[in-house]
Amino acid sequence: MSEPGRALPQPTPETQHFWDGTQAGELRLQRCDACAKVYFPPRPFCPACASRTVSVFKASGKARLYSYVIHHRPVPGFTPPYAIAVVELEEGPRMMTNIVECPQTPEALQLDMPVEVVFAPQNDTITLPLFRPAKG
Amino acid sequence: MPHNTVAVVGAAETTKLGVVPDMSQIQLHADAALNAMAECGLKPKDIDGIATAVETPVQLAHYLGLTPTWVDGTSVGGCSFMIHVRHAAAAIEAGLAKTILITHGESGRSRVGNPPRSVHPASLNGQFEQPFGPMGPPSLFTIPVLRYMKTYGVTEEQIAQVAVVQREWASKNPRATFRNLITTEDVLNSRMIAWPFRLLMCCLVTDGGGALILTSAERARDFPTRPVYILGTGESVETPMVSQMEDFTSSRAFRVAGPTAFKEAGITHKDVDHLMIYDAFAHLPIYGLEDLGFLPRGEAASFIAGRNTAPGGKLPMNTNGGGLSYMHSGMYGMYALQESVRQMRGVAPAQVPRAKISVCHGVGGMFAASGTIIFSNQAP
Repeated sequence: MSEPGRALPQPTPETQHFWDGTQAGELRLQRCDACAKVYFPPRPFCPACASRTVSVFKASGKARLYSYVIHHRPVPGFTPPYAIAVVELEEGPRMMTNIVECPQTPEALQLDMPVEVVFAPQNDTITLPLFRPAKG
Repeated sequence: MPHNTVAVVGAAETTKLGVVPDMSQIQLHADAALNAMAECGLKPKDIDGIATAVETPVQLAHYLGLTPTWVDGTSVGGCSFMIHVRHAAAAIEAGLAKTILITHGESGRSRVGNPPRSVHPASLNGQFEQPFGPMGPPSLFTIPVLRYMKTYGVTEEQIAQVAVVQREWASKNPRATFRNLITTEDVLNSRMIAWPFRLLMCCLVTDGGGALILTSAERARDFPTRPVYILGTGESVETPMVSQMEDFTSSRAFRVAGPTAFKEAGITHKDVDHLMIYDAFAHLPIYGLEDLGFLPRGEAASFIAGRNTAPGGKLPMNTNGGGLSYMHSGMYGMYALQESVRQMRGVAPAQVPRAKISVCHGVGGMFAASGTIIFSNQAP
């Protein structure tokens, strides 16, 4: 799933810690020090209470498959059919991803199945967080 | 703030809908605007407010020769025009303008003078959705639906029924792009786009435009057209990223906009004679019926499959054929509004007999935004 051609993110000052994390093999989330809310995508303040006092922490990388489609049209960097998925992280937030090391079929992709993060380097600066069926 | 003091006095689509390669996008706006101005006898000097989306109100004011005292460039996707109606009604009540023109034009299919849509790689969508392979609405708007299906036990066959029923309405409409009747099997055998969504569960991609002209209910009496009054309005937004919706089985923006409009109108669901729910994809009427409070959660798919929204059903919905069969240029909200106005004027191709109240509900982006307008043909 790491063929050249897929759209790649351009980190901003507010998201750099996340992309530094995936480079280092960590899935990083943020937690509000004031109200304990865990949130995603990254921003330097809490969307629940507006506190600017927030901390970055390493997430478990454990999640469950929340919803998806199996896309059948050609997109640069992808070989159809492939699933575009949303996983729900153990810590609460949801994120879009792809499910790898798994047939891209409705039978193999069961909602709520446990998945775990894997890190897929795309170039020297960008590594994407993808997910695979959990290995126990 | 009940809005029955404001009325639609001009409403028209482009002369041609469908494939219109001989008009650029801004000319589609203008073609619809000129048709709307002509039917109610207005000239550019009579218009003092302009609202539009994607194209800016500056472009439209200049192109049409307007000198506005009020402008609105709210551009939040296909429901922008519902939100323009809401803002225009408030502006007329506040005395900021007397006669407001709302335009839409989109060269969605021929793409003449229509800049390509792109997602910037530094935006949140560009960083946290686009790298995972979506390509536009068919691969994004559909992502929450499996969660809905699992939660409520809804089947692909039931989702296919939405398209079947709407084609029945389209078959009665000479302006509809697709008019031949289809079966559930036709839908389930059509080309796979993004499982569980097949081609006939996805909207058309066509060219066209529409325009509305609003003024005070008092002034509306002097116009040659039958006034359509604005009873209630609502709007909201949630998130630009479908992956970040609070609830995959329900739209927060719908749940804010819809009830706000009903409260403002002072009506109940039993009062509604006609309903439009923006259907870019077959699941949207299901979410809309539930989030607007017409049905309990999980019951809308069987309600539609049970022919309650079909011709002859108790709640006629998407009577022009909808975005699935009538037309969909990319931002369909204007065409839903036009059908509500036609029904209230009593001139729709598939007219609902004696309809007095029409609810018109729009979505923008991928559940990103919402606007709801409730119309009536009864003078205040």
